[in-house]
Order: sequence, then structure tokens, then C-alpha cells
Amino acid sequence: MSASILTVDDSASIRLTTKVTLTNAGYRVTEAVNGAEGLATAKGSSFDLIVTDLNMPVMDGLTMIEELRKLPAQAGVPIIFLTTESDADLKARAKAAGATGWLTKPFDPESLVKIVKKVLGR
Amino acid sequence: MSTLDPVAVFRTEAAECLEAIEAGLLDLTHQLDNKDLVDAVFRGLHTLKGSGAMFGFEALAAFTHHCETAFDRVRKGEVSATSELVAAVLAAQDHMRALVDQPDADHGNIGHKLLAQLQAAVGGKEAAPAAVLVPAAVREAPAKKNSWRIRFSLPANSMANGTNPLGLLDELRDLGECTVRANTSAIPALDELTPTDLHISWDVTLTSEQDRSAIDDVFIFVLDDMELSVEEIDGPTAAVVAPADEKAAPAPVAAASAAPVPPAAVPEFRPVEAVPAKREAPAAVSQAKAAENVRVPAERLDELMDRVGELVIAQSRLSQLASASTDIALRSVSEEIERLSGELRDTMMVLRMVPVATLFSRFRRLVHDLARETGKVIELVTEGESTEVDKTVIERLADPLVHLVRNSIDHGLETPGDRLASGKVEAGTVTLSARQAGGEVIISIKDDGRGINRERVRAKAESSGLIQAGQPLSDSELLQLIFAPGFSTAAAITNLSGRGVGMDVVKKTVEALRGAIDIVSVPGQGSEVSLRIPLTLAIIDGLLVRVGSGRYVIPLSAVEECLELSLEEDLRSRGRSFISLRDSLVPFLRLRDLFRTGTKPDVHQKVVVISTGTERVGLVVDQIIGDHQTVIKSMSKLHNNVATFSGATILGDGSVALILDVGHLVAAGQQQEAQLRVAG
Repeated sequence: MSASILTVDDSASIRLTTKVTLTNAGYRVTEAVNGAEGLATAKGSSFDLIVTDLNMPVMDGLTMIEELRKLPAQAGVPIIFLTTESDADLKARAKAAGATGWLTKPFDPESLVKIVKKVLGR
Repeated sequence: MSTLDPVAVFRTEAAECLEAIEAGLLDLTHQLDNKDLVDAVFRGLHTLKGSGAMFGFEALAAFTHHCETAFDRVRKGEVSATSELVAAVLAAQDHMRALVDQPDADHGNIGHKLLAQLQAAVGGKEAAPAAVLVPAAVREAPAKKNSWRIRFSLPANSMANGTNPLGLLDELRDLGECTVRANTSAIPALDELTPTDLHISWDVTLTSEQDRSAIDDVFIFVLDDMELSVEEIDGPTAAVVAPADEKAAPAPVAAASAAPVPPAAVPEFRPVEAVPAKREAPAAVSQAKAAENVRVPAERLDELMDRVGELVIAQSRLSQLASASTDIALRSVSEEIERLSGELRDTMMVLRMVPVATLFSRFRRLVHDLARETGKVIELVTEGESTEVDKTVIERLADPLVHLVRNSIDHGLETPGDRLASGKVEAGTVTLSARQAGGEVIISIKDDGRGINRERVRAKAESSGLIQAGQPLSDSELLQLIFAPGFSTAAAITNLSGRGVGMDVVKKTVEALRGAIDIVSVPGQGSEVSLRIPLTLAIIDGLLVRVGSGRYVIPLSAVEECLELSLEEDLRSRGRSFISLRDSLVPFLRLRDLFRTGTKPDVHQKVVVISTGTERVGLVVDQIIGDHQTVIKSMSKLHNNVATFSGATILGDGSVALILDVGHLVAAGQQQEAQLRVAG
């Protein structure tokens, strides 16, 4: 069975791009629009990978990663966060919070798939 | 899903994003120290930049980046938010909108000027150019083979954080020939073992055509906090050390098995406590409910509406056939479909409804700008924002409302000095409200200004020949004069009024929506203009009538009553078309003459009395067929100039009926009446 991926982003266009890209690459994609929803969705299901934005309303990606890592069931689930070049500081904090890797925006579909494959161990 | 164009989605989203930024900025003008608002605006800018760059809006991304940088300083508390800064970002926000709408247009130096203003407002230097736009270049693999000895150990918690060492080893194997040896010497005794921690390090010998950076790529996510040493086996110089790794000198391979695994050190990370705590999103930009909604382009809804309209028409043909048939099964299916299509139509109507909040929110910016422009102190109050109206109606109302609000502020409200002098509070209030009443929504624009000056209206109307000097007029007739083309009471055309939209255009737009305008104005206390608009444009209840051999629809909302035109009265009224209706004379129009049917009138002609607010007129028809729910089809461009009809509909038998334009007919009736009066 193909890996299932949760994408968390408040931007509909990025969600759409991510979803189309990952679906075409053969993954199953579930979407959430902010950290709080992402957290709730992750709790209710088990994902092989989570891709999240950092700047989001209600709950940002950073807080979501921290909260996820507190849950025993989420240990070891790779989390990739989307970041911009100017987020160097955020990047460090996201890693400290327990993120596995990152992808710099703007990204092309190819690099997203590449990184997803890398983190999932293909 | 696949037909959705991400760029189109981005545009929609960018528009929302900009609205949220604008709303945040406008709120910020009143509460300059509200951190949540600053965060919300920053987040909006950040999202816009990130998505903009993704979807090829590079100019937008670069420009927004500067604004974001400036605003970031506010967020970090380096500079405080000022009204100058907010004004600068508001202006910048308009430019961003232009960059979204026309990314390729030459926007000249506007961007530079705006950025200069912004820089002045935050008192900073020119921000660094955005370095986010260049995608990573594809690396070419050199053909030469290299051999490396790679030794790495990961932080103990890396498995918990989702890093899979086996995946990393697989990636190394993908680069070329590999021999892998696990070093298990650091695994503690069983009673000290934390099973989720990683204690193993690895030695790998790799022969590959790839260059060194390919190895770094494998470890890219963990490079900062791992121990990694890479030695080129055949090369002249050995020992290239991973960037963050200064403490741990590369251990010689022979000693590797004895080397202790250094503890996971993340010195460059801020402590976890520095992460901001969960925040409540400010209400203005809350997207908590977004997940429950599906965004659909308006044209798709229109398309669906069209289909539903056709279904309703087909269904009514089916009903007609079924009612003429004796086949019970056919009749029961027909009834079932009638019920279903009715429900579908009702559901469809609701889909097109949007709250007027979307319309009202635009006015906050307008009022803000006008207050700055006029020097008046204005408070904007909005009421009934959750009232829902058909989306098309909302769009068409935007311009008339802008004009009415401008009028209220420009002509209605006094300057703060004048207000204080007349015993009012300094700030003038403009109230925008919406409420539903039956099949209509009433949108009103109210101000507490000086009210409409009747003498000036009369003087102006007399001087421009709209009325005769001293002609007696009721108060409402007098006020209606301001809707006459070219009418303006402003002594001089100011910057605000006279922008091409006059009250006559407002009135026409409202009437095109089959709505009406009422004005109430009390001198010294203010004015209120109310627009009564039907809730939807797509389907109306109509009265189906026959004139000659043609059938026509009269919007039921305009129908006051129907009565018979007796032969006697018909003859009596020849030449002067009035009927007496409970002691008042109502002019009437013979549709048979108007449409030149050339047929003989029915013996029992009917008069349908229609009204637009205060004016009434009777329409003489041959037969009233009955109530008819009508799906409105707009007419072709060829028929655009036909004022008598507002649209067309298709009847159950497939034939076309024209929908009468009530506003136009009443005006025609009044005109005829006026001519007859003049003629004596």
C-alpha cells in the first residue's frame, strides 16, 4: 500500500500543488489547514509522513511539531517543514522541536517528491 | 481536482490574503500596540511572498519580501508600529494587488517609491534583495570515480524525530559501491539502555562517480547536529569535515571502533522554551472555519445554475405532458421529478448566497482613506453583516454603494468644527446596514450629517430645467430629483464626487437589479438612503400574462393588484389613459398598443397594477394566465437596448416569454401621464 502523507498548510494554492504532486507520485494525501487541525488529524490516524508549513494561523507549524513529538504514537514519524530562505532562525527551531527535514519555498514538484522519497526511505 | 489551476487558486487566495492584511492594518491603526495584529499582518505578508514565488509571481514575491522585512522589525519589537508605517504598508498592499492582477505589466517606479516610504517609516536601511527566487541548479555528475571513507553517528534522538539511518545508508548505496560496517561499541549496558535512542555509528567505504557534495546531500537534514567525517581515500588530502563539526576531529579508521559516540549536541539551537506559546488567532484573520468550506469559482456556480434552470424548464414540460396523460406511472415519476428539481433549485439558490460582510469590509478602507482626504472624523458602523445576498447582486452593488458612502461623507457629514458648533459630537457616523425583509434585502447607508438641503435641490432643479419654477412637489418627489441625470448639489465638483458615477447611475444599477431606492433626510440630523434589492437574480416569481398571441412575465413582487377593465371604462378612457382606483387616478399603458400586436382586444381585458415604491401604473393585458416561477435568461447583446424587457424565460411548452421591465414601464406611464397633464 502506498504511503500516506498529511500536508498542513494554510495556503490553498500550496496545498493544491503539494497534493497534486504527491498524488501523482503515488502517495495518499490528507490535508489540514493549520497546526491545530493537523495535530487533531494526526492523532486520529497514522501517517507515514507529515509535511507542514511553519507560519500558520491558530497554531503554527512549530508548535504543532512540538505537540506531535510529545505523543508516543507519533515518535519516528518523519516531519518535513516548508520554509523560506529567510527563515534560518525558524529552521533551527523547527529542527530542535523535532522536525526531520525541510524544503525551501519556492520548491518545484520534483524536489518535493525527491525529499519525500528520501525521508520515507523510498 | 485535476482541472483546478493552481495559479487561479493562488490568485483567489492572494486576494483573500491581501484582504486579511488590509483588515489587520486597518485594525492596527486603532490599536498600534496590538501584537496579535502585527503577527497576523506579518503572517499574511509571509504567506503571500512564499506562495507568490511558488507560482511565478516573482515581482510580487520580491516586493512583498521588502514589506515583510520591514514589518518583521515591528514584530521583533525593534521599531514600533506607527500610523505612517501602517499607511505605507496599506499603500504597498495596493501595489501587491496590482502585481497579483497584472504580474507582467510595467509598474514603473511605484514599487521603489513605496519601498522608500516604507523604509522611511521603519527608519531602516534599504532591505536586502529577496534571495528566494532562484531554483537550485541541477548538479552535473563528474565522470571521475572517487573513493571515500565515511564515518557518521547521529544524535541519540534522531530516530524519534523521524530520521531513518537505514534510509541514509540506502542513499549512500545509491551513490556507488558501498561497504558498511556498524559500530556498536557505544551501546550501553542493558540496564542503562534507552531503547528508543540511537547508539550505533557507521563506517562506510564508498566508491562513486559523484562528488563530495552528493554525500553532504545525503546527510543534509542532519548535517548540523551529527558527527560526520569524510576522507578521500586516494586523494592527496584527507579529512574534510562537516561544517558544524569542529569539536570532534575525524577519528582514524583503525581507532573508530574504540571511539566513544559523542553526546548529541545542539548548541546552536535556541532552547525549546523560546518557541512562542500557542496563540489565539485574531478574529479578523481567523481561518478556523476554512476547513468546512469548499471554494468554488463563481462561474462554475453560474454554470450549475444554468443547468438547474434548464432542468426546471424540462421538468415543467414533463409535467405538462404527464398531466395530459393517463399513464399513472408517468405521472408519479413526473411528480417525483418536480419535487426533486424544486429542492435542487432551492439548494442552488442558497449556494449562491454570500454574506454582505464581504461587501461591507471593502468600505473600511474607503472610509479610512476619505477621512484622511477630507480631514473629517468618521466612524463607520456596520450592521447585519451576516445577511446573505446573491453573489451577483453583491458584485453589482459595490459601485453604487461606494458612490453613496462617498456622498454621505463628502456632502452629508460636516467638518469636525461645524459639528461641534452645531452641538454634535466631533466624529460623524456613517452606518452601513443590511437586513432581509421577505424576498428582498434592504441595504441602507445612513449618516448623521447635515441632511439634504431642500432649497438647494429645488434651486438646482429649477435652474437646470428639471422642474418649473414654483412647481409644487411633495417632499419625496423633491428628494427623488437628486437621481436625475447630471444632478449635483455640490457647489463645486470636489475630488470625491464627480467621478463618473452619479446618482442617476446608482439608480439605474439598482433598478437593473429590480430594486428600488428610498431616501429619508432630516435637515440637521442626517440622511438615509435605502436600497431594496431582490435576494436573487436568477429566479423570480412572475405573473404570466397574455397580450395578443404573445405571453409575458411580470415580476410578482411589483404587482399590486389585478382588476378587470370593463368595456365601458375602456371606451370612456380612450384618449386619456387613466382608471380610477379607489379615488386616485392611475395612468395605464395598453400593452397591446405598445407591442403592436394587431389583434383584437379580448372582451374582458385585465389591468395589472404594478408599482415601484410610490409610483403606480396599470398594464392592460388580454388575459392573466397565472403564477409562474421563472428562471431568468439574459437576452442577447442584440437586445441590450430593448428597455421594455429585462430578460426572457422559457415556458413549460418550450416557448419563450419576455419579462417586463417594471421600472421602465412605470417611468413610461408617468411620462405619458405628464404629457396628458400638460396637454390639459
